[in-house]
Amino acid sequence: MLGLAGLLTRRNMIFTLMCIEIMLNASGLAFVAAGSRWAQPDGQVMFLFILAMAAAEVSIGLAFVLLFHKRQLALDVDAASEMRG
Amino acid sequence: MTTLFYLAGILAVVATLLAITQRHAVHALLYLIVSLLAVAVEFFVLGAPFVAALEIMIYAGAIMVLFVFVVMMLNLAEHAMEVEREWLKPGNWLVPALLALILLGELVYCTATRNTLSLTSSVGPKQVGITLFRSYWIGVELASLLLMAGLVGAFHLGRHAIAKEEEHHVTSTDAARTDTRSDLVHVGSGGTSHAA
Repeated sequence: MLGLAGLLTRRNMIFTLMCIEIMLNASGLAFVAAGSRWAQPDGQVMFLFILAMAAAEVSIGLAFVLLFHKRQLALDVDAASEMRG
Repeated sequence: MTTLFYLAGILAVVATLLAITQRHAVHALLYLIVSLLAVAVEFFVLGAPFVAALEIMIYAGAIMVLFVFVVMMLNLAEHAMEVEREWLKPGNWLVPALLALILLGELVYCTATRNTLSLTSSVGPKQVGITLFRSYWIGVELASLLLMAGLVGAFHLGRHAIAKEEEHHVTSTDAARTDTRSDLVHVGSGGTSHAA
């Protein structure tokens, strides 16, 4: 079970935000799997926290992507390296 | 149930692999939705139905809608027709449809046989709620704080962009306002003449 979750995490970061979602999802899967292995609800509670964090992160990230696209007309990650302030 | 578990796992891995190897963002999002649904089936098999429902509602519902919304806002409008014509070719929607069909088959199997036995002992939503609000209440408060920070941050970024855009377009709207007013007068007079 945990090997499957580890397989899900080993991904390259092409679409960075999407891959962050995938990795958070995989860690949540690992939490739920461990929680159900020992029949404790703690794993599901941790998954709820991961879910809330992912929602906050994705809203910030997508707002930043929109702003960045409006300002630079590019979605390349390398174009953000000259960002300051 | 073990075969269901491994089938959903293989499906999730395949859909995720396809999602990260797609060049087109919308195709990647479709595969990602299939992958999230497969993970939800996995949660259900693992004896966590509450988390499975949350996965479908929040991840595959809300967060993916956010992604689709942003992708469509960033998309270039002049390419929309060609892209749509290209999407309707069968080779593009066949693979995600097949993957989703396997998931549907699992769902039908689960409901038809009424086989709600999971691999491990099931942990219901009641236990989760009791644990969440009894021993993890500080985590709940921190999560609410984090969501509040996310809301304020997204609002701040959005407001900044909208203010800048309005400032940019003020002169053009001023110039266009007289034209629309004359148009309105014209239309109104046409309407009255029709009524007469």
